[in-house]
Amino acid sequence: MLKYLVRRISATLVVLTLISMSVFLIFDVLPMDPARLTCGKACSPAVVEANRHRLGLDVPVQVQYGRWVKGLFVGRTYGEGQAQFTCPAPAFGYSFNRHECVTDLLKSAFPVTLSLAIGAFFLWLFVGVSLGIVAARFKNRWPDRASNVFVLVGTSLPTFISGILILLFVALKFGFVNPIDLGKWVSPLENPIGWINTFIFPWITLALAYAATYTRFTRSNVIETSSEDYIRTARAKGLSEKVILRKHTLRAALAPIVTLAGLDFAGLLGGAIITEGIFNLPGLGRLSIRAVLNDYDLPIIVATTMLAATFLVVMNLLVDILYAYIDPRVRVA
Amino acid sequence: MADNAVLEVEDSAQDFAQRTPKQIAWMRFRRNKVGIASAWVAIFFIMAAVLAPIIVRLLGLSNTQTYPETLNEYAMPIGKFGGITLDHPLGVEPGTGRDVLSLLLYGSRISYTVAVITSVTTIGLGMLIGVATGYFRGRVDAIVGRFSDFLLSFPGTFMIIALSLPLVQRVEAMGIAKDNAARIVVLVTFFVFFGWPGFARLIRSQAMSMRERDFVMAAQAMGASSWRIITKELLPNLWPTAIVFLSLSLPGFLSAEAVFSFLGVGVQAPASTFGLVLSDAVGYWRDDPAYLLIPSTMLVIIVLSLNLLGDAIRDALDPKGSR
Repeated sequence: MLKYLVRRISATLVVLTLISMSVFLIFDVLPMDPARLTCGKACSPAVVEANRHRLGLDVPVQVQYGRWVKGLFVGRTYGEGQAQFTCPAPAFGYSFNRHECVTDLLKSAFPVTLSLAIGAFFLWLFVGVSLGIVAARFKNRWPDRASNVFVLVGTSLPTFISGILILLFVALKFGFVNPIDLGKWVSPLENPIGWINTFIFPWITLALAYAATYTRFTRSNVIETSSEDYIRTARAKGLSEKVILRKHTLRAALAPIVTLAGLDFAGLLGGAIITEGIFNLPGLGRLSIRAVLNDYDLPIIVATTMLAATFLVVMNLLVDILYAYIDPRVRVA
Repeated sequence: MADNAVLEVEDSAQDFAQRTPKQIAWMRFRRNKVGIASAWVAIFFIMAAVLAPIIVRLLGLSNTQTYPETLNEYAMPIGKFGGITLDHPLGVEPGTGRDVLSLLLYGSRISYTVAVITSVTTIGLGMLIGVATGYFRGRVDAIVGRFSDFLLSFPGTFMIIALSLPLVQRVEAMGIAKDNAARIVVLVTFFVFFGWPGFARLIRSQAMSMRERDFVMAAQAMGASSWRIITKELLPNLWPTAIVFLSLSLPGFLSAEAVFSFLGVGVQAPASTFGLVLSDAVGYWRDDPAYLLIPSTMLVIIVLSLNLLGDAIRDALDPKGSR
């Protein structure tokens, strides 16, 4: 197990390094000049060059990358003399347009994204898995048909449409949400009720699409497992249906859901761009889409992209380790 | 499905004897009432998009012309439900007074174009790579596998949003295409780039299991070349997978296109895809909800019918396939 762990962790580190390198390279070959973008239209070439130097963009890309990685570990100082400023480690860069260290921006955006992801995750897991089990248990009878309708609607309704409809025609129309409060971050520690109020509609929006997929997945897994020999054996032993379902079928049927759920959750941690955009939640997704559309704030874009990739890769590792723990056969492969 | 279970047993005994797999699939498909109905709905909307110029002209409308007489002094449509009249069956656009029906018909042409080109290219590329890696295995397989793992851990949505703006400029500068054509080129390229690994993996695993089967071994024993085995033995057996994937990915890419133009990184005005119309309509939701509800309903109906059609095709081609 230890050997497996070492191998997987080192592979993950390699992938992360490769991803950060390619992100840097991609943005370097773009026909975009980040220094030119740091100030408005009436910007003299001298100011652009000064900013280029201050941001460390006047050196080759491999040196820039080296400094960026170093900044992650020991922090980074920009400029000289009077205009000097420091971003402490881990420094993801400095947003010239906002005059803030990117790490601070990420720090204030992440709790929002995390709240959104956690709530939606438990909602869709609960709804999806239980609907799937019910549908499998009553296969081809009305509960199955009803859940099938839910699956169809959920998979055919794009998130941006369900989000708009929920926001406008439920939340705002019936006054559940005050338009002025929209997009205000409420900490769950200070004001739990306000926190739920802020996030309940985004949770529903986000959970809708995922719940449909999970219902379908759970249903087919439970049905498939139910036809296994050991389930027949359990039934022949005279165990009650409830015990068979809970102790025999579900254990095997729900294992693949661990993988799926882990990866979906990690994907959301990078920022739910559409849901955050519609509900105006100041999370990572909104941060990055604004950075792209407003002023093409490259340090923010690189940081959010890297963060999203990191969540995915690390979660992939965690899920694999968890799986190796559940199913020892994986370790050999 | 359950009512079919009894039927299917009879099928296998009588009807299925001496029929080609194609005929069997078609028979199964014809029995699926939901599938037939959704096929007609999908065909209706696709034909409406294809024939948009003719339909719009027959109705005496235009997708570029404005109809100021349909708007009141606040530039909102006169009349109920977003200004629905005999002249403008789906109402008019607030602000400019363009006809919503013609906007949506012309816009859906763009959406379908993106979805079809993307799906077909993804399948072509995935098929090529999947068969090559699955049949030949070896070092190429290992390298491609690592590369697709790498791609799958890339945050695709983020990359599309972050890179579309500069890449569109690059495409325009290179003179490949202009304006919306350039945006479509970039969008399709991205969708394909992040889309092929999934399909290639599917095809790879099938090709791998197929090459161990007797009929491939027989062909190898007769001295058939790899090219012949791939084109004559493997591909005919992989088509059903490709068709199922096509029918299920089409609605996916259709709504993906809508999402990106909604977010402002896809096609731009004066074009009028669903995403653009909807992002415009959000601003008018209180005064003109019909302008928001009509396009979203239309998009959902199209995606739903294509999804149902895809399910039906899968059930027909691969009845044991899991949902």
